[in-house]
Order: sequence, then C-alpha cells, then structure tokens
Amino acid sequence: MQATRFLKQFVNSSGNVRNYASGVQKVTLIPGDGIGPEISAAVQKIFQVAKVPIEWESVDVTPVRNPDGRFGIPQAAIDSVNRNKVGLKGPLMTPIGKGHRSLNLALRKEFDLYANVRPCRSLEGYKTLYDDVDVVTIRENTEGEYSGIEHEIVEGVVQSIKLITQEASARVAEYAFQYAKDNHRSKVTVVHKANIMRMSDGLFLRCCRETADKYPEIKFEEKYLDTVCLNMVQDPRQYDVLVMPNLYGDILSDMCAGLVGGLGLTPSGNIGLGGALFESVHGTAPDIAGKDLANPTALLLSAVMMLRHMEMKDKAESIQKACFETIKDAKYLTGDLGGKAKCSEFTNAICERLA
Amino acid sequence: MSLLTRSFVRCLVQASSRNIHSTAALASPTKPEGRTTCTLIPGDGVGPELIYSVQEVFKAADVPVDFEPFFLSEVNPALSSPLESVVASIKKNRICLKGILATPDYSNTGELQTLNMKLRHELDLYANVVHVVSLPGVKTRHQGIDAVVIREQTEGEYSAQEHESVPGVIECLKIVTEAKSMRIAKFAFDYAVKHNRKKVTAIHKANIMKLGDGLFLRSCEAMAKLYPRIKFEKMIVDNATMQLVSNPHQFDVMVAPNLYGNIIDNISSGLVGGAGVVAGASYSAEHVVYEPGARHTFAEAVGKNIANPTAMLLCASKMLRHINLLHYSTQIYSAINNVLKAGKVRTKDLGGNATTNEFTRAVIMNLK
Repeated sequence: MQATRFLKQFVNSSGNVRNYASGVQKVTLIPGDGIGPEISAAVQKIFQVAKVPIEWESVDVTPVRNPDGRFGIPQAAIDSVNRNKVGLKGPLMTPIGKGHRSLNLALRKEFDLYANVRPCRSLEGYKTLYDDVDVVTIRENTEGEYSGIEHEIVEGVVQSIKLITQEASARVAEYAFQYAKDNHRSKVTVVHKANIMRMSDGLFLRCCRETADKYPEIKFEEKYLDTVCLNMVQDPRQYDVLVMPNLYGDILSDMCAGLVGGLGLTPSGNIGLGGALFESVHGTAPDIAGKDLANPTALLLSAVMMLRHMEMKDKAESIQKACFETIKDAKYLTGDLGGKAKCSEFTNAICERLA
Repeated sequence: MSLLTRSFVRCLVQASSRNIHSTAALASPTKPEGRTTCTLIPGDGVGPELIYSVQEVFKAADVPVDFEPFFLSEVNPALSSPLESVVASIKKNRICLKGILATPDYSNTGELQTLNMKLRHELDLYANVVHVVSLPGVKTRHQGIDAVVIREQTEGEYSAQEHESVPGVIECLKIVTEAKSMRIAKFAFDYAVKHNRKKVTAIHKANIMKLGDGLFLRSCEAMAKLYPRIKFEKMIVDNATMQLVSNPHQFDVMVAPNLYGNIIDNISSGLVGGAGVVAGASYSAEHVVYEPGARHTFAEAVGKNIANPTAMLLCASKMLRHINLLHYSTQIYSAINNVLKAGKVRTKDLGGNATTNEFTRAVIMNLK
C-alpha cells in the first residue's frame, strides 16, 4: 500500500517535468454544454489535420453528488486534469438553483487556477470601431471581490468581503511579468483603485511594485481603474499587458473583448499550480446549439494558447495563421461575424489551409 | 435705512426664487432679479483653471450668481479649508460647483476615507447623475450616444472599512443596504419619468455576489413594479461594459452600485470624447453638487493652459438651469455647442491646439 503511494508520488512528480515537445501528450478535454461539443469537435478536427501530437482525453464534468451530499465535479475529471496538467474546456452551464456552486468556480478552486490570461487583438477581416487593440489582461482569479464570503448582518444590510492576500497578489504579479518577458511584451500596467481601497488594493499595488523591481527590462506603470476604462475606449494603443485583481480583471477583459468583436473571438487561459486550463469564455448559446452555426474561433485560439503553453510554438503559429487568414478572407464566416457559413464550413476552410 | 430695505427685498426675492427650484424648470426663459450664491470648490489639478473659465463666462454673460469659494484638497492639507465650513456653506446655498479632488492612494494619518467620500457622507450626496451624450463637432468612434448613468455613491465598495486580519491578508468590506438600494432605484425611475426616458437598466454582479448585489438587484426589481411604463432590464456588469463599447445605443438610463457606476461613467465618458466634455451632478435630498462626470484631475496639465473647460462649463449651465436661470443656462449651453460645432477652436484632447483661455474666449464671443 505504502509502496504504491510512493510510486504514485514518483510518477506524479515526474509528470511535472515539461517534456511536452517529445512524444504524444495527453490533454484533458471538457467539451462543455450547449454549443460546446460542436466547437470542441471542430478544434479536434483542426488539430488532427495539423498533425498536432496530442491525444485528447474527453471527460464529463456534469456535477455528481459526492459522499458528503454536495454536488461537485466527478472525481474522474479531477484525476484526469491532475494527471495531464493541461486541459481545454468549452462553455459550461451553471445549473440555476440553490446549493449549486458555479462549476467554473469549482474548477478554479480545485486546480488553484490563480491567473486568468486573456489576449485581445483586433482581427483583420472583422471590422469593429477599434482596429488598434493589442492588449493582454491578466487577472487574479482566486480571491478579491469573488471570495464568496458574504453575510447579512441585520435584515437589509449585507456585507461582502473582498479578500486580498500578499501571497496571491505576488503570485499573479510574478506571472504577469514573466508572461510579458516570455511573449516579448514591453510594458506591464497594474490596474488598481488604491485611492479608494487603500489597504487592500494598496497591498496588491505594493506586490506589483516589488515584482517590477525584479524585471528592470519591462516597463511598469500604475493606473487607476477609472483612468484605464476612460483611456481604453479612446486609445487602446497605450496599453500592453494589464495585471489586476479579480473583479477589475473580469470587467476589463470583457470590455476589451467587446472592442475587438465579442467573446466569440477571444481566447482565455487559466494558469494554476495544479495545471493549466484553457477555455472559451463565451456562453453556451443554447438557442443555436446543435445547429452547426456556432463560431469555434475562441476555443480554437484558446487551444492555440495551450499549444504555446506546452511549447509547441510552430504548431500554434501555423494554426493561428490559418484561422486568422480564413477570417480575413471573409469567405466562410459564421453568423456572429456577419457571414452565412456553418461551423463545419468554417472549420473545413481552416483545415484546407493547414493540409 | 434704504440699504436695509434693499437687502431685505433681495432676501425676499432670493427666497422666492429658491422656492421655484423644487418645481420643475419648465417655465419660459426669464431674467429674475435676485442673485444666488453658490459654493465653489475649484479642486485639484486643472480644476482652478476650469473654474476660472466658468467665472469669465459668467462675468461676460452677467449671470446673477455669486460664488463662495473654498479651497478643499486632500493632497494639500495645509491650504485646505476645513470640511465643516465647506459643508456648512453647501448646506446654506444648497448648490455647489466643484472641480475634482485628487485622492492619493496613501494617507499620512492612516485614514481610509477620502475627502471626497467624507463630503458625500456629510451631505448624503447619494445619487450621481452623468448624462453621456455625443456632442456636435467632437469626433469619436461612436456617434449618437445618449445615455444617463445613475450611480449610488454612499456605500458599496467605497465604505472605507478595511483591516488586516493577519499580516499579508486584508479584508475590505463592501456594504449594501436595502434602504440605500431602494433609494437609488427610486431616484433612477423618477429621473426616467421626469426626463421622458423609456428604459432603466440595472447593472449588477449578482451571479457572483449573490447577497450583496442580489439585494441591490432585488430592490431595483421591486421598484420597477411601481413604474409599469418604464421598461426595466438587468445586465451583469462585465457584459454591460462589453455592450457599451460595441453597441452603446441600446442604453437609456443605467442604475448601478458605487464601483460599477464609476466604471460605467468612465467608459461612457470615453466614448463621447473624454473627461473634458462630460458633465455630472451629485444629488442629495437637499443639495446638488455639480462636477465633471469623469473624475480626473489631469494633474500633468496644471499650468499648461491646455485643459478642456467644456465639462465644467456644461456643469455650470446645468446648475443655472437647476436654479431656474433658464435664460443664462441656454445662453451658455448654446454658446458651447456653437464653438464645438464650428470646430475652429478645439483644445488638445479634441485634436486641436487651442488653449483653455482661447476656448473660453470663443465661448464668450458666442454668447448671444
């Protein structure tokens, strides 16, 4: 018994070493609900054509009742991500009603996904009012306003607690600067509201300042949340990598997605201690589910981010190029981009470029 | 003796003109004879320059308003007037024109509440109203925006209650109360009715903050039932920001808790031309404080004579309307509009080279 536990530990720890580039790597796939399965299939098809050395391990995360009576993610899914360390996830629906925790939140907690990364770039071929956006939002993902600690003190008076810790703040700051360095970005902006929340946001700000000292080659600036909101919609070019606490990140990342054409086009990655989970952040779109009308771009670009994370940069580059060119070509665009193509036609067009 | 009678008569006229305030400003343009006193807080950054612009325009138009200036500042405590006297003045005059106060992200005394918050609490300025509207001659990516952002500004994230439980772990309380949520919801719907608006959108994050934002949302829903003619919608804050930048025309009146209101204010101000062109006002039951809608001190431009006084002039025009000096209000408003429309005199933020003074002079030349 002890021997197996020892062995398991050994196997687990050796799995931490990144030897992604050699051999076939297993990746957990959570297709999700609604349009999730179709766009996941599209990504799988494109990856197959591009000959990406990945084996998908599809898991179901429909909540099951745990021994303690609460609903949660099935153990098999948790084990799969823990084993593979990398996952790709489609949109999930959170069941409405009491006693259900949001599945996204549960996944975040389970794998300590502390940083959410969302690159937003204007796409050629899909015209919005903003064609000069190229920002990356990095959001602290475990605490802050979304700590989930709330109570009603007396009737009609509610207090919600925003929790900021040095550990989590320093961790996400470190990740932001490392990301900037790895991706050849020149500037990191910390977005805060320390003039109003002097202690909590003050702590976050201090952690970023301390980390900035370690990366002299990357420019560092501090901006108030309201200033960033104001400037972003006027001139998004002045920002590069943004790092911020949970709520601000949630809001700004969606706003930036709005600048370039919505959540259907922006990828997202969650970096954690226990693995990394890449996902599309749009909804499940139950109205068009199963009709072959969905746009797989967000999930595909998330998968591309995943490849970069796994250090398969060539494959990432070629798939991304094929995707961007197909959109630029504007021959096969899905309904959300003003085209008439079906999801499968769009997917085939990308595959043709890769073949 | 004659002096005494005259001041007595003036008092009477003032009092009667005050009484008119509460009734809607719908009367035809008139030129009442009394003079009104208004508290004036120039603020930090370019505030004093902007206020100077307002004073010049008021002088040129011969507006019967006297200012009672107070220098109030958190970053310059030695020069600042005590908060009590400022509050007393606003309580007396019931109107105030205010620049932006800089709020540093530290305090030498370890105080968590900023001066702005204190002022709002003292006067209970609970509703901040920012009318975001595309201006003629101001080139922006979006056109034809016309929305109103109503923000609760006495509780929520700005409660200034924070503590360090153990070193490196900080708790910050966000307080939401039913009374204040109901109050702001009622304000929003009343505003919509009074200004012929069709729809109120409540901005929230009740999917995550189920109790706090949930309470706010429930209050709005309850209030909406009392106003069946106004359409009611709710929208999650992150979606709202996304919708704002991609399709801002769907919004009419928005009502939001403190921090979200701040965010929406700034995004929508950015859409119509920036902090220099959007006016706002904070209301309590008794007083109104007029201040620019997006609160930025623009400290890097101090003394350079480049700031855009449009927002502050619009504030002044709104204030005149509020105290029933419709004639002067419209006069100044149309002068600003004419200058912007002509597009010859533009400050730097609008892509021109004109100075603050040149813009002010252009407005004065256009007073008719």
